[in-house]
Amino acid sequence: MDFGPHLMLASLEGAVISAILVLTAMGLSIVFGVMRVVNVAHGEFYMLGAVLTWFITSIVGGHPAIGFVAAIVVAPLLVGCLAAGADRLILKRVNYDPDRTIVATIGMLYIIQQTTLMSLGPDARPVEAPFNTRLSLPWFEWGENGFAMIWPWGLSTTSYKLFVIAAAAMVLVALWLVLTRTKVGLLMRATQQDSETAQAFGVPVGKVYSWVFGLGAGLAALGAVLVVPIQQAHYLMGHDPLLLAFIVVIIGGLGSLPGTVIAAILIGMSDGIISVFFSPTLAKIIATFLVAMVLVFRPQGLLGKIAR
Amino acid sequence: MTDNSKSNLMHIGVLVVLFALFFILPVYHAGNMSRIMVLAVYAMGFNLLFGYTGLLSLGHAMFFAAGMYGFGLTTNLGGLPVPLAFGFGVICAGVLALVVGFLALRTIGVAFMIVTLMFAQTAYLVVLYFGTYTRGDEGFVIQQAQRSIAGIDLTSETGRYFTALLIFGICFLLIARLVQTPFGKTLVAIRENEERTRMLGYDSHRHKLKILVISGLFSGVAGATYALLFGYVGATFATVQYSIFPLVWVLLGGAGTTIGPLIGVFFMFYLINISSGFTDAYMLVVGVVLVLLTLFAPHGLAGLLRKKVLTWLP
Repeated sequence: MDFGPHLMLASLEGAVISAILVLTAMGLSIVFGVMRVVNVAHGEFYMLGAVLTWFITSIVGGHPAIGFVAAIVVAPLLVGCLAAGADRLILKRVNYDPDRTIVATIGMLYIIQQTTLMSLGPDARPVEAPFNTRLSLPWFEWGENGFAMIWPWGLSTTSYKLFVIAAAAMVLVALWLVLTRTKVGLLMRATQQDSETAQAFGVPVGKVYSWVFGLGAGLAALGAVLVVPIQQAHYLMGHDPLLLAFIVVIIGGLGSLPGTVIAAILIGMSDGIISVFFSPTLAKIIATFLVAMVLVFRPQGLLGKIAR
Repeated sequence: MTDNSKSNLMHIGVLVVLFALFFILPVYHAGNMSRIMVLAVYAMGFNLLFGYTGLLSLGHAMFFAAGMYGFGLTTNLGGLPVPLAFGFGVICAGVLALVVGFLALRTIGVAFMIVTLMFAQTAYLVVLYFGTYTRGDEGFVIQQAQRSIAGIDLTSETGRYFTALLIFGICFLLIARLVQTPFGKTLVAIRENEERTRMLGYDSHRHKLKILVISGLFSGVAGATYALLFGYVGATFATVQYSIFPLVWVLLGGAGTTIGPLIGVFFMFYLINISSGFTDAYMLVVGVVLVLLTLFAPHGLAGLLRKKVLTWLP
């Protein structure tokens, strides 16, 4: 393949990564924005979503699409409930003290991960995609016969990957509508701005926190449900998404939702493109280092405000 | 007896007990104890930063690994004699801490944790990237012939135990002294209220940079000692997990106490040792301990002791 088609393929891969990343990072960003909690266990909620998808699709049987639809509804709900329960049981009791919540969520990380290891074992579990038609993509080139459309070998994607991108976009729009147009969104925004004043005005801050923590975890799980037909479910799979989501949230600006979306697209695309053209380890080294440097010189991120 | 002499007595007492333990314990547990002492040095280094200064770094594994690789690579590939290579490893950790501190200390709070985490992740990936020399995850073994100082064989149980005890003892006493100095007191002041400390005329940034380098040096000593005594250098020691471990140890033992890290490492080591006999998922224990600690004993075991019985505990 020439450089052009190669680049197009890389950007398509990047778009899929961005789509998953935007959901995962959004969950982390909402939790941080509203609750000021750095949820280190976020990656494990993602992993749980993937593992549950495998579990549900393997019970349901029949056409893979039936199991997948069941999983896309049930898995995020279950994970969300679990997270809300953890919030009530643990985070609430430490009064959302920043240092202690980090330690507590590190603890939750190991509890969830190791419980999965004990019940599922160390093997990776594949999930069949509900539909997976191969689509060849055209490439336009200025050749000897003038402008022509060619179908380069290897330049193709699958219908499922396109679906992932569309689904992520739809979820984002829905989320935006909920946050800006509904009463629930209003309560969340009020809590985010000033939880004490909100409480004084009768906002049930404790409940909002549980809901938000559940919602954040549910978004991570939803991202995982979408990714699992492309990757495989494994008990250690939460590690990379956690780091990437952290990077995205920080680069975007802690607590800034539009910043998170922009950063997710930026990072997802560059991750996809860099790892096609360069050695993946080197790409990761450069990326992690750059992120650290962005944070050093611009601690508030791209769109964040300086808040102390 | 004044509080000061009580605490001096306790530090000497701990070392005497550790000395005596070698003659009492069966060989297997003596081996464990030497490992615990080396890891306790790492925990103590971390504690200086986290417990005393209130800076939570999630990237300390890079300093441990810097000491380890600085020592391991120079003996194995460079053929340097042990003391030189050891010194080189420690200096590597110190220089790395200086550079990281210079950059990371521009941030505070959550951003500081994440910046250190990112730097440590970069360091880990660098180790993997130079797999030709470091052998990546697999790691490499330091030959027995290279692991002796002045004719003392460090691979024997006795040599290993007393080297660990010697290094632990030096670090233990140094740190006990350090936290009593005006410098140490200023660190605690920074932990309690940085704004006010600065208002009183202390250069808090300079203090933080200094203690980060000192903390990195101790971690480097621990890393190099680990490689020297147990003869293995691997990328596992640079992973996030090894940045989390000192946090767990220090929290369990008691942050901001001199004896806490040793207690924490001791309990955690045996907790994992016993539980891994039952299941592969021994990290579950770490998780449960962390959650229980944050809920019920945020000041750790030594913190509880200090509150209830021994109010003079340093």
